[in-house]
Amino acid sequence: MTTERAENMEGARTAQDDLVQVKDLQMYFPITAGLFRRRVGDIKAVDGISLNIKRGQTLAIVGESGSGKTTLGRAILRLAKPTGGEIWFDGVNILRLSGRQFMPYRQRMQVIFQDPYSSLHPRMTVGSFVGEPLVVHRLAASKVEYRRRVAELFRSVGLDPAMTGRYPHEFSGGQRQRIGIARALAMQPEFIVADEPVSALDVSVQAQILNLLADLQDQFGLTYMVIAHDLSVVRHIASRVVVMYLGKVMEISSAKELFDDPLHPYTQALMSAVPIPDPRVERARQRQILVGDIPSPANPPSGCVFHTRCPIAIDECRGEAPALRETKPGHWTACIRV
Amino acid sequence: MAALLEIRNLRTSFFTDEGEAKAVDNVSYDIQEGEFVALVGESGCGKSVSALSVMRLVPFPPGRIIGGEILLNGRDLLKLSEQEMRGVRGNEIGMVFQEPMTSLNPVFTIGHQIVETIRAHKDIDKQAAWRRAVELLELVGIPQPTDRMADYPHQFSGGMRQRVMIAMALSCEPKLVIADEPTTALDVTIQAQVLELLESVAEQLSTAVLLITHNLGVVARYAHRVNVMYAGKIVEQATADEIYHNPRHPYTLGLLQSVPRMDRVEGSRLSTIEGLPPSLLRLPGGCYFHPRCPFIVERCEREEPPAMLVTDDHTAACWQWNEVDIGDSTVVKSK
Repeated sequence: MTTERAENMEGARTAQDDLVQVKDLQMYFPITAGLFRRRVGDIKAVDGISLNIKRGQTLAIVGESGSGKTTLGRAILRLAKPTGGEIWFDGVNILRLSGRQFMPYRQRMQVIFQDPYSSLHPRMTVGSFVGEPLVVHRLAASKVEYRRRVAELFRSVGLDPAMTGRYPHEFSGGQRQRIGIARALAMQPEFIVADEPVSALDVSVQAQILNLLADLQDQFGLTYMVIAHDLSVVRHIASRVVVMYLGKVMEISSAKELFDDPLHPYTQALMSAVPIPDPRVERARQRQILVGDIPSPANPPSGCVFHTRCPIAIDECRGEAPALRETKPGHWTACIRV
Repeated sequence: MAALLEIRNLRTSFFTDEGEAKAVDNVSYDIQEGEFVALVGESGCGKSVSALSVMRLVPFPPGRIIGGEILLNGRDLLKLSEQEMRGVRGNEIGMVFQEPMTSLNPVFTIGHQIVETIRAHKDIDKQAAWRRAVELLELVGIPQPTDRMADYPHQFSGGMRQRVMIAMALSCEPKLVIADEPTTALDVTIQAQVLELLESVAEQLSTAVLLITHNLGVVARYAHRVNVMYAGKIVEQATADEIYHNPRHPYTLGLLQSVPRMDRVEGSRLSTIEGLPPSLLRLPGGCYFHPRCPFIVERCEREEPPAMLVTDDHTAACWQWNEVDIGDSTVVKSK
């Protein structure tokens, strides 16, 4: 299905085409001290990450808070300037582009946030919020065209176009997320970064939004990068998964392979911590619970950053950071014990 | 045997400019000694207000407990004076809230706050309270407890702060701890640590736990009994196994079917519950769930269903409970 969709897409050269390629991306934030704000170190929020996202696919980034997943998303969208590395979008290194050159790419990549309420203006009608990008980027030729587009966007996310004149507070969390999605779609993007799109929603509403995201992907051939901490959600929507810890990739593989055979001890621990909504399954499960908290990214452990919490760490793990190796076809793991 | 806590026909309302919102509407449930009970439901269903009612901490105005009984070991908490109630809070019922940072005072050390809590409830001197506080921190798995006593809340991580809250809630060895979404703000790895701790400590001290949560995975793992709430009412109550494998209320069934499971991939679509929960100010007539219910019959729009007995130990407030069947979807495909 994914292949078909990609082939139908305008501009797709081959079905195997990567829409996004990230090469050795680094995003450091300086730690300063003293009167003159001398740089005394770096927080390596993203530390040498490489990944590809195929057209029409959903890549999920998982990891605990502080793993750098949100920073990675912001860097890929050029909302933050990376310290080093390359970001290729549809064959172009977007970090090399000037602001003006980047403008057309800005339209092609959009973002959905966890709680759109914080980005909604309380005194702006939701119709103008959704339609604003059309005005800014001059995508509607006339008022009639503008209204038609906004109504169409409302319908595409399952909202009644009659509601365009209402204000954000009149909507529930799920409806506000739909409004945020409609605005992202206004630009007719190819690529959407969704940062925790359902984590603020109730279970029954969460399922509605996940289904909507899947429908829109089919309908418009969208490529998603979903940042999520809920592995049950990730299993449901992702085609490929990147597991991050303290700014580094621990494991990358197809979602099916990752959930069937997690190899990295961190991935195993993350999965083990997620309770399954079935008491019988839970009683039969052996859980392995990680000790302690994720260390501060300002002062990461030496060697493998995970060794301080790793149940199978040995002395060598403290020495050198393990490289990402292809441990099975298409399945990459950064662990010397695998 | 009488239950530790018996809640009978509890009604708590919020009186707003737009009318009365029945946040807790004729709710009854029991908690036995040492039992782990879950109160599960979505935002705004009244689960937190139900817990605050037990502690008599409903903010007044606009909220008020307007009826019912809350019997703790047979004594009706609603009939106690405020003075007597203060003795119940902490001593007999401990509470753990969602965001520990808002419950801890940022300008006092952790040690000071635990000592104060202990001394507010127990007539012991400072040294003894201090020793007890160190013991409690050790019990909840804080490394180097003696040193950490001198630290301030901001020097603790979210998970550690929640451990401190558990220590404080348990400081007087209450018979019951109410934990309101204690791990919602935490990472899944830390959530597992905190809940395993709560379970094991409660077991050691034979404390009963009332866990308020929206997380069906957490409920499945820890709860013995489950109460499902919707729009201020308990729509189903049973043992955890019954709730998950033989749900008889369409809302419970809908919840279970809409939650994605890590051990399963079933096609690309999740089943959903159509529509939204009703506003407590504009409740539909008859069964509150009827506008979203796939099992609806004519009677549901007119008559409110009482809690019907499915088995001796399982009730569902649904006229059609006999038609509700989870079928084969519970067949487990996990490894």
